[in-house]
Amino acid sequence: MATMEELKLRVRELENELIKCKQKQCAAEDAQNQELHRPKINKMSAEVVDSNPYSRLMALKRMGIVEDYEKIRTFTVAVVGVGGVGSVTAEMLTRCGIGKLLLFDYDKVELANMNRLFFQPHQAGLSKVEAAEHTLRNINPDVTFETHNYNITTMENFTHFMDRISHGGLEEGKPVDLVLSCVDNFEARMAINTACNELGQIWMESGVSENAVSGHIQLIIPGETACFACAPPLVVAANIDEKTLKREGVCAASLPTTMGVVAGLLVQNVLKYLLQFGTVSYYLGYNAMQDFFPSMAMKANPQCNDRYCRRQQEEYKKKEAERPKVEVVQEEEEVVVHEDNEWGIEVVSEVTDAELQAASGTAPDLPEGITVAYTIPAETAASGETVEETEQSLEELMAQMRKL
Amino acid sequence: MADDATRRAVSQIPLLKTHAGPRDRSLWPLRLKEEYQALIKFVEQNKEADNDWFRLESNADGTRWTGTCWFIHDLLRYEFRLEFDVPVTYPDTAPEVAVPELDGKTAKMYRGGKICLTEHFAPLWARNAPRFGLAHLMALGLGPWLAVEVPDLISKGLVVHKEGQRETAE
Ligand SMILES: [Zn+2]
Repeated sequence: MATMEELKLRVRELENELIKCKQKQCAAEDAQNQELHRPKINKMSAEVVDSNPYSRLMALKRMGIVEDYEKIRTFTVAVVGVGGVGSVTAEMLTRCGIGKLLLFDYDKVELANMNRLFFQPHQAGLSKVEAAEHTLRNINPDVTFETHNYNITTMENFTHFMDRISHGGLEEGKPVDLVLSCVDNFEARMAINTACNELGQIWMESGVSENAVSGHIQLIIPGETACFACAPPLVVAANIDEKTLKREGVCAASLPTTMGVVAGLLVQNVLKYLLQFGTVSYYLGYNAMQDFFPSMAMKANPQCNDRYCRRQQEEYKKKEAERPKVEVVQEEEEVVVHEDNEWGIEVVSEVTDAELQAASGTAPDLPEGITVAYTIPAETAASGETVEETEQSLEELMAQMRKL
Repeated sequence: MADDATRRAVSQIPLLKTHAGPRDRSLWPLRLKEEYQALIKFVEQNKEADNDWFRLESNADGTRWTGTCWFIHDLLRYEFRLEFDVPVTYPDTAPEVAVPELDGKTAKMYRGGKICLTEHFAPLWARNAPRFGLAHLMALGLGPWLAVEVPDLISKGLVVHKEGQRETAE
């Protein structure tokens, strides 16, 4: 019988062969598509002929909805996370004729993702950014693509990510116009938040809950609106009794419908923001169970943990003070901190009331349908002992750990 | 929250003092020393309690960690490799611990073998940042996960005891 090592080697050989086959197939498809490809279009035309992919979009201008639709070709958008929401977002922007798209994702296409939109079974095994670029380029060759197949939260990648956000615009060296967070975890959202606070980069956050029946989008203008670290994560209350929600045995559910709705809401607001029509939502929730869309605005928190957020707030204050007061400032709901706490109860349902009282902080006053994932108590004195002062060097500690 | 045994173990891990992540060139070495101090203390306590269950070590700059963890079930020892990167947002956000060899065997995992923590973990971490360190991550994240998942994987035959691994804990 073959040993484990031999079998592993054989698997690797077969994987390599498969990759080669896939590449060959892609090359053949590309050659074939070349004939089907339309040539690049230099100027968007409003002429209604069956060969013009932009006629219906340009009609927005004729109807007076959008003042200057062609302007879309001058914008660059970075999409971080090319999964269920990000891939659909990228497709919509591509079809709308965006100037340039930067795509970031470290993941591969998997057959387990086929309940979602966009990717196809034959792309399984390819990196998501590579597969997406291939499909999107076929859909609209006028868009410029830049892809990065890595995890933005690690040290070296994060530096590169910041560099591309600040220099990856359509005109190389210029920053991108908007960053879209379509990631599925807290670390990556916080990494995007950190980068955008440092760079003063406007971005939109999006998310779908782990139970797949709610989602949200949020516009973050550093220094002006609440950043992702200004408050505990906001969640859309799905009105499901937490006690009946079974979490055993699964991590997360996902529905193509919810992800499609959230991607649609996100890109709608991207278009409104970039092309300056309608009103851009600051925070828009989607409760799929009741078809309820709560919305709100939240100012940046002066006590935010992120010092770059606090610095951006100072800058914003200065700019506001210098600006002549003419226009009507949209009224934002002040977030009031209440002394009584009705949130966080589900989160720590297994602890006693006394412990809950001690562990939970005050919850902000939020509109109906929006809540916080958890609360954080006001700074308390550190309980329990802390690490002692040590004379040992890091190397000595590392060696000690190895010897244990 | 966690069970009593976990709570007791966690309460004995020293808290950390330095609020610094890997991007903070001047303070990160200090934080890293505290991480090692807390980890050493935790492993020693585990040994004393006859419940030694993991080892960890990092690269020189402390951004990538690898190690092993093991679980004793019916006197047999099941050992797994574990790994994680320290994200740029640490210690405000916890690293995602991965047990790659169990990838695809349990639904309580994200791709790449990253373990799926309970809904209690994120609020607990957020409330205790930056005083919680990697030792707390092991005690509150990986430990309870192994305790639930490994027996289940064994009963389903998805994890089998490997010949040559020690029959019982030393
Ligand atoms: Zn903030």
